[in-house]
Amino acid sequence: MTLRVTRRQFFKLGAAGMATSSMAMMGFAPEPAVASIRHFKLTGAKITRSNCTYCSVGCGVLLYSRGDAAINNVDDIYHVEGDPDHPVSRGSLCPKGAGLLDYIQSDSRLRYPQVREAGSDEWKRIDWDEALERIARHMKDDRDANFVADDDDGNTVNHWISTGMLAASASTNETAYLTHKVVRSLGMVAFDNQARV
Amino acid sequence: MTNHWVDIRNADLIIAMGGNPAEAHPVGFRWVMEAKEKNDARLVVVDPRFNRTAAVADYYAEIRTGTDIAFLGGLISYLIENGLFHQDYVRAYTDASLIVSPEFGFDDGLFSGYDADNGEYDKSSWQYEYDDEGHARRDETLQHPRCVFQMMRQHYSRYTLELVSSVCGTPRDKIQRVWDMIAETAVPDRTMTFLYALGWTQHSIGSQIIRTAAIVQLLLGNMGMRGGGVNALRGHSNIQGLTDLGLLSNLLPGYLTLPRSGEQEYDQYILERARPPLVPDEVSYWRYYERFHVSLMKAWFGDAAQEENDWRFDWLPKMGVDLYDILHTFERMHQGEVNGYICQGFNPLAAFPHKAKTTESLSRLKYLVVIDPLRTETAEFWKNHGEYHDVDPAAIDTEVFRLPTTAFAEEDGTIVNSSRWLQWFWAAAPPPGESRSDTAIMAGIFLRLQRLYREEGGPFPEPILNLHWPYRRPDEPSPEELAREYNGWALEDVFDEERNLVVRAGEQVEDFGMLRADGSTACGCWLFAGCWTEGGNQMVRRDNSDPYGTGQTLGWAWSWPANRRILYNRASARPDGTPWAARKAVVWWNGQRWVGNDVPDFPPTSAPGDGQAPFIMNQTGRGQIFARDRMNEGPFPEHYEPFETPIANNPLHPDNPLAKHNPGARVFEQDRENFGTFEEFPHAATSYRLTEHFHYWTMHNRLNAIAQPEKFVEIGESLAEELGIAKGDRVRVSSKRGFIEAVAVVTKRIRPLQVAGQTVHQVGIPLHWGFLGETKKSYLTNTLTPSVGDGNTQTPEFKSFLVRVEKL
Repeated sequence: MTLRVTRRQFFKLGAAGMATSSMAMMGFAPEPAVASIRHFKLTGAKITRSNCTYCSVGCGVLLYSRGDAAINNVDDIYHVEGDPDHPVSRGSLCPKGAGLLDYIQSDSRLRYPQVREAGSDEWKRIDWDEALERIARHMKDDRDANFVADDDDGNTVNHWISTGMLAASASTNETAYLTHKVVRSLGMVAFDNQARV
Repeated sequence: MTNHWVDIRNADLIIAMGGNPAEAHPVGFRWVMEAKEKNDARLVVVDPRFNRTAAVADYYAEIRTGTDIAFLGGLISYLIENGLFHQDYVRAYTDASLIVSPEFGFDDGLFSGYDADNGEYDKSSWQYEYDDEGHARRDETLQHPRCVFQMMRQHYSRYTLELVSSVCGTPRDKIQRVWDMIAETAVPDRTMTFLYALGWTQHSIGSQIIRTAAIVQLLLGNMGMRGGGVNALRGHSNIQGLTDLGLLSNLLPGYLTLPRSGEQEYDQYILERARPPLVPDEVSYWRYYERFHVSLMKAWFGDAAQEENDWRFDWLPKMGVDLYDILHTFERMHQGEVNGYICQGFNPLAAFPHKAKTTESLSRLKYLVVIDPLRTETAEFWKNHGEYHDVDPAAIDTEVFRLPTTAFAEEDGTIVNSSRWLQWFWAAAPPPGESRSDTAIMAGIFLRLQRLYREEGGPFPEPILNLHWPYRRPDEPSPEELAREYNGWALEDVFDEERNLVVRAGEQVEDFGMLRADGSTACGCWLFAGCWTEGGNQMVRRDNSDPYGTGQTLGWAWSWPANRRILYNRASARPDGTPWAARKAVVWWNGQRWVGNDVPDFPPTSAPGDGQAPFIMNQTGRGQIFARDRMNEGPFPEHYEPFETPIANNPLHPDNPLAKHNPGARVFEQDRENFGTFEEFPHAATSYRLTEHFHYWTMHNRLNAIAQPEKFVEIGESLAEELGIAKGDRVRVSSKRGFIEAVAVVTKRIRPLQVAGQTVHQVGIPLHWGFLGETKKSYLTNTLTPSVGDGNTQTPEFKSFLVRVEKL
């Protein structure tokens, strides 16, 4: 006779006073549970080294994502933790760093270019080409109209001060370097980043 | 930071002043706790609020916001008058022995050369006395009445304990206790570190507060030492990198500077910057300025930059004013002189002072471009958000573009932390929707502009048409290509004076010493040279071993300059080349060269007998106690009141209204009219950051919103009682420029101070929350703050202003 016992009943029996190990020795084992043991949630994840994007301690961060890089299979970050090898942070993260996943996945993330026309009360979705063409047109028209080759004292200044820019202190060095190169080629000087404030 | 995060553990005393690292840099702050636990260090906090750092400190002293120069100036006097300074260090490594020009003077709060009509100084008298060779005269005995040491002594003799207590509101016994603890580090084997942040920079005298700290550290012999230094904790993940790369109105990469309009000749431009030594035979490293400048122009303009055309000096825009900083730009925008503005990951409506002015200014733009991963208040400045932002969209004609960009987790590249480490990281996932990288967006705009100039022509198109653009995918230059470019490479074989090959054509340079002024090298940022060499990307390095047990980890990432971890580290050794103290050793002379547990900050074979001094970037080779003409309000820091002060005059100069506030500060007329008085707004306010939030980003994150869901202001018990406010009541906080409403946190952490014979209440206002995101909607803190900046940097005075608190 085979005694059919579910996993739950098995534990109940155990709780009733029988040593589970001796039950197993009697050939009295539960059927494999359908749920089995839940896999560790990071098994199979891709681990990517990163650094926290908030303050300037520069804590090491490990980003866990899943996806096999096949077509139509998109990596999705689902876990963030501190990098234990990092000599400053040694695996720690503060309340902000520990919440980085909520920033990556925030409902406030923008998804496509938009424009708000003059006097309008709403955003309108546009495509990238239209957005960049219109921005370039605005910039060229303004630069053409207001570029200063010589100042009132007759000095050559070659600057453009009727359009300004703020760069981002959370962007990479590579972004910053390219941004700087472009901005100065246009003659722009009303240019700062968060280090100014 | 002159030192670095892990090095804090080597300190014997840690002064947190003008910063609250336990709150704002919690993980870096672990090294303060490590110093306390493992190095028997003490932590002292001097702050208007008993903050989270104070909660774990060994000693806390309260201070009125904006009075740190008085506190530290009194300390300077105390150290000098009691002989509690590092005499050998001061004599050999600072400019204390140099003699100041007899033209220089100081009278009732004003230095020589003040022009009261224009509110500016003529700084020509702020110099040393020079001999015929152009070298500063010296008196090694420090007895000459006009040597820097005696001038400093005289200057700070006015800062008595009584006066400091009256200005700062700090009880005398507490001041004395802190001074005594600091004085204990004047001995060679003990070091003190200053940890500061925006609590020092965001004042109209911010730069001079930091200089006062630097003078203290020079007197104590704590610069270049393990566990010493003046350490800016910095606020954003790559704010150090953007500063290094010069993304500021007047800078070029690597702290090179744009020419001013009067600098019409290339040679004159270089001569002004390639500074010769002011003391015979000193290094004065900026003398090589031209090498860095020419290499930059080759990186930007390629073959178009040639010696015959002065490396296209005319293609650089010239400055018509000292700075086109944000206060200047928004003043012009407010007057209708600015038509376009681009915000790349920056939220000025929330981050700039005097929100009403910012809103009006943005409304006068023709076009605004916002490049950001998130919704921002700035991008929606035209939208009505009820009581929090009450505008009429129909009356605003600004065309606004909003472009979605990648966040950190979706891109490759480097950021520089406050330790000056360039750390490379990788993308883990694609960005949401159609978001693009910032480099693709910048390239997209630029290539279209270039096409328009090619097709239509227009004024001065040459720099646009000739910008060096060697990228494999022109519409999206890769981070690898850009990093190799800012490291620099040789265009031709480079030889040294003995015709030895230094670097072959086409190879990456190993360090900035390989750069040349003859056009044979190109380098986008000389300070970063060495980060991507022929040996590959040094910024990915991941060896965290620490063979000397000093915490330098030279194999982790790459630190500018030259992978050096502690700046000025030559000063950690005596003039004879042996360490001041074994437990503080960084570098030393081994008979042939400088060696140690860090990369020496000194010419490697300059023998101690040659007598070169350790501060090689300075023309004197010495730490500058006397700033000469490099600061706008004077060569010695002096206390001036904030532009909105809770007391009637400057206690140091009660009878001179010109010396009440910083005489070198720039104030626009309309902004001056918007300053409040203490009669109408009696409470001294300061803004600050919380651990659970980062500016105006994390209110978009659920976890952070749960941790700190709603705007509050901190009010001391005694003020609350006076105003009938109970904890949890809603209050209105008003300034001359507007009001906010928030929940009152009534606390013992802020106590009333006795300042110049009157009681001053301080109010703390966290800067977080806005009208977007997951937290409760709220007013923006910068509705309240005044539009006036530091006399040198124009960083707004967010940390000292006046408000009136009322119960709702």
